[in-house]
Amino acid sequence: MSVTLIFLAVIAAIAGWWLSQQRMLSKPWLEVGQHHDTRPQGPRPIEPAKIGLGVFLAVVGALFTLFISAYFMRMASTDWWSTPMPKLLWLNTAVLASGSLMLHAAKVSAERHRDDASRTALIAALALGLAFLVGQVFAWRELTDAGYLLTGNAANSFFYMITGMHGLHIIGGLIALSRTILATRKDPIDAKATLSITLCATYWHFMLAVWIVLFALFSGWANDFIDLCRQILT
Amino acid sequence: MAVVVILVLLAAGSVLFHLLSPWWWTPIASNWNYIDNTLIITFWITGVVFVAVVLFMAYCVFRFRHRPGNRAAYEPENTKLESWLAAGTTLGVAAMLTPGLFVWHQFVTVPDGAGQVEVVGQQWLWSFRLPGADGKLGTSETRDISPENSLGLNRNDAAALDDIVIEGGELHLEIGKPVKMLLRSVDVLHDFYVPEFRAKMDMVPGMVTYFWLTPTRTGTFEVLCAELCGVGHPQMRGTVVVDSPEDYQTWLASQQTFSQLMAKAQTKETAQAGNAAPAR
Amino acid sequence: MVDIRSGTDGALGHAEVEDVELYHPHSWWTRYVFSQDAKIIAVQYASTAIAIGMVALVLSWLMRLQLGFPGQFAFIDAERYYQFITMHGMIMVIYLLTALFLGGFGNYLIPLMLGARDMVFPYANMLSYWLYLLAVLVLVSSFFAPGGPTGAGWTLYPPQAVLSGTPGGKDWGILLMLSSLILFIIGFTMGGLNYVVTVLQGRARGMTLMRMPLTIWGIFTATVMALLAFPALFVACVMMMFDRVLGTSFFMPAIVEMGEQLQHGGGSPILFQHLFWFFGHPEVYIVALPAFGIVSDLISTHARKNIFGYRMMVWAIVVIGALSFVVWAHHMYVSGMNPYFGFFFATTTLIIAVPTALKVYNWVLTLWRGDIHLNLPMLFALGFIVTFVNGGLTGLFLGNVVVDVPLSDTMFVVAHFHMVMGVAPILVIFGAIYHWYPKVTGRMLNEAMGQLHFWVTFVGAYLIFFPMHYLGLIGVPRRYYEMGETAFVPASAHTLNEFITIVALIVGAVQIVFLFNLVWSIRHGRDAGGNPWRATTLEWQTPETPPRHGNWGKELPVVYRWAYDYSVPGAPEDFIPQNQPGPDNLTRETAT
Repeated sequence: MSVTLIFLAVIAAIAGWWLSQQRMLSKPWLEVGQHHDTRPQGPRPIEPAKIGLGVFLAVVGALFTLFISAYFMRMASTDWWSTPMPKLLWLNTAVLASGSLMLHAAKVSAERHRDDASRTALIAALALGLAFLVGQVFAWRELTDAGYLLTGNAANSFFYMITGMHGLHIIGGLIALSRTILATRKDPIDAKATLSITLCATYWHFMLAVWIVLFALFSGWANDFIDLCRQILT
Repeated sequence: MAVVVILVLLAAGSVLFHLLSPWWWTPIASNWNYIDNTLIITFWITGVVFVAVVLFMAYCVFRFRHRPGNRAAYEPENTKLESWLAAGTTLGVAAMLTPGLFVWHQFVTVPDGAGQVEVVGQQWLWSFRLPGADGKLGTSETRDISPENSLGLNRNDAAALDDIVIEGGELHLEIGKPVKMLLRSVDVLHDFYVPEFRAKMDMVPGMVTYFWLTPTRTGTFEVLCAELCGVGHPQMRGTVVVDSPEDYQTWLASQQTFSQLMAKAQTKETAQAGNAAPAR
Repeated sequence: MVDIRSGTDGALGHAEVEDVELYHPHSWWTRYVFSQDAKIIAVQYASTAIAIGMVALVLSWLMRLQLGFPGQFAFIDAERYYQFITMHGMIMVIYLLTALFLGGFGNYLIPLMLGARDMVFPYANMLSYWLYLLAVLVLVSSFFAPGGPTGAGWTLYPPQAVLSGTPGGKDWGILLMLSSLILFIIGFTMGGLNYVVTVLQGRARGMTLMRMPLTIWGIFTATVMALLAFPALFVACVMMMFDRVLGTSFFMPAIVEMGEQLQHGGGSPILFQHLFWFFGHPEVYIVALPAFGIVSDLISTHARKNIFGYRMMVWAIVVIGALSFVVWAHHMYVSGMNPYFGFFFATTTLIIAVPTALKVYNWVLTLWRGDIHLNLPMLFALGFIVTFVNGGLTGLFLGNVVVDVPLSDTMFVVAHFHMVMGVAPILVIFGAIYHWYPKVTGRMLNEAMGQLHFWVTFVGAYLIFFPMHYLGLIGVPRRYYEMGETAFVPASAHTLNEFITIVALIVGAVQIVFLFNLVWSIRHGRDAGGNPWRATTLEWQTPETPPRHGNWGKELPVVYRWAYDYSVPGAPEDFIPQNQPGPDNLTRETAT
């Protein structure tokens, strides 16, 4: 569970930093009146949706961290043989990364009111997202054809389960992205639609980061890291 | 006012119940009276805190209950009082934790020269294995379990052949001799639990867990399973007998080794095969 | 998992949006059924939780009948008994306590106490309830599935949970249980995002964190914990589902089941336990922290005194929340994990006792020199302190690793956790319902019925669970369908079991009085007015009672003071509402 604890420590650090701005040491009974509220007094300091997405990504992060923790703990068993990485995964990574780039472009274009460029980039991101999913399915088929079946070894089971879970999150993202594309059809792209694009972009960057971590995990680069963790623990 | 009376009765009743009720732990039969002592310390500390808090509450309710014209005092906090309380609590907690950790260190440190006994759990039966003349337990594997080899011992391991196997029978232990209980399960979680020994540990399929004890009292004790293992869980009983050294040796001499059991199974098999042949 | 951002489309803006019209629903269906109003969602959550909780109560009667009078009731066989205890435990912990505190009280109180019009993502909030309802229905359906519900115990430990020696292990039971939990977690995440973001973004002007009532602190911290802890249960459920349905070996080692070699190998049952308790221990505090918060407010309001040591109370909630993530393996001292972990987890567990004890001291010190009105909420709060202190102290036995060894898996554990996270939080729930019912309905609950309910519940529950510890001390194991003839269990222990069963039936029966009171008082209760308890917090200052959709009429409240200005020296009344600007010239320094 050390990976999970490290993740939680990061969350705790963020929470602690935020709490430290909240005058947690003040004596509230001595402070009567309105001027003690130091929050910026505007109509919309930060969009709630952005905060909401941030919290949601923390939950998703916890989910994948726990899968990774389980992976490491199960790895300690003697019957573990790593699953080979299909070469196709490199291509898939590139596809996912370009999707991320496209969404970033869409966000920047929307902010600069270059609506058509933004729309094109969104469609491209959607296509790249679908391509990634198709690529993942092909990677699965390549593995099963090579005889690495789900029940063959726990490493295979983890590979299919965790990539599947990542794929489900991508599907969720694609649904949100499709809705965003529908919202941008009217002219011009308004603030609300721009917000949607920003949220999609953030989500995509995060899922890319999760994928890169998973890739490192499955290809064994993370092993050095585990050894380091083990050394610290023992 | 009923609240005050009930709160006082509740505190007093709890103490009296603790002192007067006939329900207390079974007389101990192992070296783990340290555990009992730590438990007693904990009872004292927590008991005092419980009675103090409840009686303080009762007093507050009595003294400061609402009457017309009353007004509560205004006191947002009292850092000094809170610090004292925190310090006192920390002290009390430390007084319970410190002996606890010392005893735990003993619990996980098996003394050199302790004997070995393997306990194997399965739904819903206890089996036991003692090292044979070589003083070593042979290796075993769940995959090797078959009707004639119900504990899955390794037939190619010389150390296993002379192991004494007790399927579903009584386990005997020698008084005064530290013994490490090696715990193994072939199906689900079980827990080897003899209340008089105080010590217990789960048995987990796929791994070997352990605890150790020194029996200090002869007698016959009931083994229970203390980890839910399916519908037969409450029926999973066994017997441990703590013997004097002489009785123990007598008992030991009458037990069968793994190779004897295998030989018996083989003759039975050939006999059965012989019987079956004419029918065909 | 489901993508939750779809809710952002319907997001409300910042709490200061003035367009009240936005919040008016259009038809009966969107007003009362598919409502996006947090108050309606709260009532929906609470009603569903109480309904399924009644099922769990009846199950507890059945299991107590078996324990008190073994063999007398032929229809309770061993299989059914294990199904009853499993469903009782899971329903009470997840579907009643978690759902009622966070989904029920969280939804009702967060917007109102913070001066917001509603939750920030009302659409996701509505979905959260419907997923919860679906989870409950899936759970209930397992009673009617072939093989019945799972009987694996609420901890669902593999390999036992998915094998044929356990009811539902090879049938539908375990699958429906896992599916229901997965649905619950997805639904909860949608609600949880709302509660957290509303506290972060939806507070009225002037409502700084340190002015929030402790109720909100408790619910907020518990929600953050739940969001981070439930994924562990989610992962455990998904992996067990794979093992059961697809034949993988995450948790399944090589097994010979009833003489037959299974196709699994190498898996680790302990891995499941780590995941389960990584969720399971924070879960205890997910239930306890809202109770801590609510009871602080009940005591303060009804003792007409500010909560003693507010800052310490807030810090303690935050510290307990953080620490509760590093104590999980104290449920696993005798699980066969590396025994050296025991040193670490015993230490962290006993450290957590210090902030918890400070909270107890501050509750009783709030009573000191107060003006104690023994209203029903106050009675329940007192009952909570007694049972919580009792259950908390026995926790010191079980947390101290070596003392846990003889007591683990005995009735001592059952008595402990029922006292500390069964009886104590449920007393708070009752107290809170008596306290806030007037705001929800505009009427008071009947006092006589309430008194009967309190006394029987409190004294009865104590009589059930206090002596039960001693059964565990004798060595009676938990989860035993019947003790049978066991040498070390004296005959008097069976008499004690009969006594406990009879009291349990009485305590259960009196809950029917409570339910009747809830329904009866909607029409016949005394008119409550807007602020019957003369309380300071914002929910009592709404323009209408019950509050309408949008909560605050045209103007949002502005907050001028903390939530505990009771009996301020020099003030004309013994309470000053949070949204009242003056008087400012009062002596605020204390004698100390």
